[in-house]
Amino acid sequence: MTDIHERPALSPTAFLDVRDLRIHFPTDDGLVRAVDGLSFTVERGKSLAIVGESGSGKSVTSLGILGLYNKRNARVSGEIYLDGQELVNASPDAVRALRGQKMAMIFQDPLSSLHPYYTIGWQIEEAYRVHNKVSKQEARNRAIELLKRVGIPQPDKRVDDYPHQFSGGMRQRAMIAMSLSCNPQLLIADEPTTALDVTVQAQILDLMLDLQQEYNSAIILITHDLGVVAEIADDVVVMYAGRAMEYGTVGDIFYSPEHPYTWGLLGSVTRLDRERSERLQPIPGNPPSLINVPPGCPFHRRCRYEALNGGKQREIRPDLEESSPGHFVACHLPVEERRRIFRDEVATLL
Amino acid sequence: MLVVVLMWIVSMVTFGIFFLIPKATGTNPAVLFAGKAPTPDTVKGVEIKFGLDKPLYEQYFAFVGGIFTGRDFDNGNDKTHCPAPCLGYSFVNDQPVWNEITSDLPVTLSLAAGASIMWLVTGTAVGVLSALKRRTIFDRAAMGLALAGVSLPIFFTGLVLLDLFSYKWGIFRDVHYVGITQNPYEWAKNLVLPWIALTFLYAALYARLTRAGMLETMGEDYIRTARAKGLTERRVIARHALRAALTPIVTIFGLDLGQLLGGAILTEYTFGLIGVGHLSIDAISRQDLPVIMGVTLFAAFFIVFANLVVDVLYAFVDPRVRYS
Repeated sequence: MTDIHERPALSPTAFLDVRDLRIHFPTDDGLVRAVDGLSFTVERGKSLAIVGESGSGKSVTSLGILGLYNKRNARVSGEIYLDGQELVNASPDAVRALRGQKMAMIFQDPLSSLHPYYTIGWQIEEAYRVHNKVSKQEARNRAIELLKRVGIPQPDKRVDDYPHQFSGGMRQRAMIAMSLSCNPQLLIADEPTTALDVTVQAQILDLMLDLQQEYNSAIILITHDLGVVAEIADDVVVMYAGRAMEYGTVGDIFYSPEHPYTWGLLGSVTRLDRERSERLQPIPGNPPSLINVPPGCPFHRRCRYEALNGGKQREIRPDLEESSPGHFVACHLPVEERRRIFRDEVATLL
Repeated sequence: MLVVVLMWIVSMVTFGIFFLIPKATGTNPAVLFAGKAPTPDTVKGVEIKFGLDKPLYEQYFAFVGGIFTGRDFDNGNDKTHCPAPCLGYSFVNDQPVWNEITSDLPVTLSLAAGASIMWLVTGTAVGVLSALKRRTIFDRAAMGLALAGVSLPIFFTGLVLLDLFSYKWGIFRDVHYVGITQNPYEWAKNLVLPWIALTFLYAALYARLTRAGMLETMGEDYIRTARAKGLTERRVIARHALRAALTPIVTIFGLDLGQLLGGAILTEYTFGLIGVGHLSIDAISRQDLPVIMGVTLFAAFFIVFANLVVDVLYAFVDPRVRYS
């Protein structure tokens, strides 16, 4: 079994390689450990989904990669390699130069994320001109071309519209157009479809997949919607209390999940092919405060199978261990026991 | 349209106050109109000249008509012409109210123009810096000073300024108004102290408003988007945050400026500037009713007009207003 926390510091091979990322915020109430030792990799042309409940550190992770945390109140450690370049200890200016250029972000609520006083075109042009020395006219042509690419009708007219004149779906398309302005190799999408209705969600996801093929970019998708994960992701990180509980391919997570928290997430999804009499299985309790994360496994207080952990001490934090090639689980339960529980007790319910 | 309706209401109310109230209290408006301690002959003359024996609505229409066409005051042997726009005729100074206002207006305009630019620039600059350096010594000192600024009355800060700069240090001695066309340097030099006094008052308010606006805006999602684009922090602040934070300032600025153009009574009085505000004080102390009425209408016009300008300007700065 390989412990990825203790992986020797080889030169990074993956396109995006995040190692032992920690983002802590000292507050008056104590240290908030928003992200506490997270590692994952994403290759170009692949999609990684980060799933978890609200407050599990998903969004902080994405902002951390872009360097969009407040330097004054955040303590960041670990390593982030983007195409071989380390970002955590890089100068803020160096990271800024990469933002919008090599890595771009799509935000959750496109209405509040677009500036209400500037036209859509102006905002896209600005994103393009920061990183490219082009004339105003060239930038404008680029904006129109991008709007056309993301499926905005009459892009040469709509380019002069303000965000409030666009519908929700169109705003998110415009947001995507803006993030694509410099052909980023890494695209981070933070709940890109949460604010949209279901039919538009599907269109936006299709668009993102199309664009990924076209530009061969790496995508990190932050979401709590497992339906979206199934549709778009190659790999999945299940986050809980700022840590990865389980990390594997989308097949590992959906068909042979080994962590009780993943089981809980899968059990709380509505499905059309289920009997109506069956009730959803919510995970009991609430996520822990990130200031007082319980020692040991952060999930143990909500875990049904905690008693079966083979006498391991509660105080010991389970490491992310490889249970099968490429499938990592952070759980004290013995591997055989986990697989048995899933096969005999959980799978039938999902 | 709204401007017309508002001005109409203001004119009715003003007219009502100055003509109805003396009637209700049993004093002869002609006596009031004629100024302090008039002779019976003057009173009689004024009464006929103004048609005070006529019904009130006729008097009102004559007054309003005079604003547009001018009017003649005539009692048979004494005829006075008041050209349009006739806001009434001051019998104390023996000239149309309009002439009195326009002759004092340059002072008020100079005072308002210089002060408004000064307070707008310093107020927003201090506000932005305070917001960016929140909870630092600069922020606390600036906000403390701002609190003093809004709390201290203008005649206090004005007198302190005069005492220090004019009497103690003799920098701005013998303050009097000089027209900008005559000598721009003297013009500015003589207005610097009242400008500073007004700036201290208004900039304090603007600094606090700008600071609050900036703090709110810097937490908006679109600021995060701007940073995610890779913009420099400087550009994020100047083009994205400030643009949104300054929008509400436009409204307040328009209204403050409109108010000031109707006469800064305390400031003009403190610094001995003979502007519209000073004119109204003089008129009040001499019970020169036509002048009080004229100045009131004139000031009301500026406020209503400023409201209109702000509305138009707001549609210009906020596209959401323009298209809805």
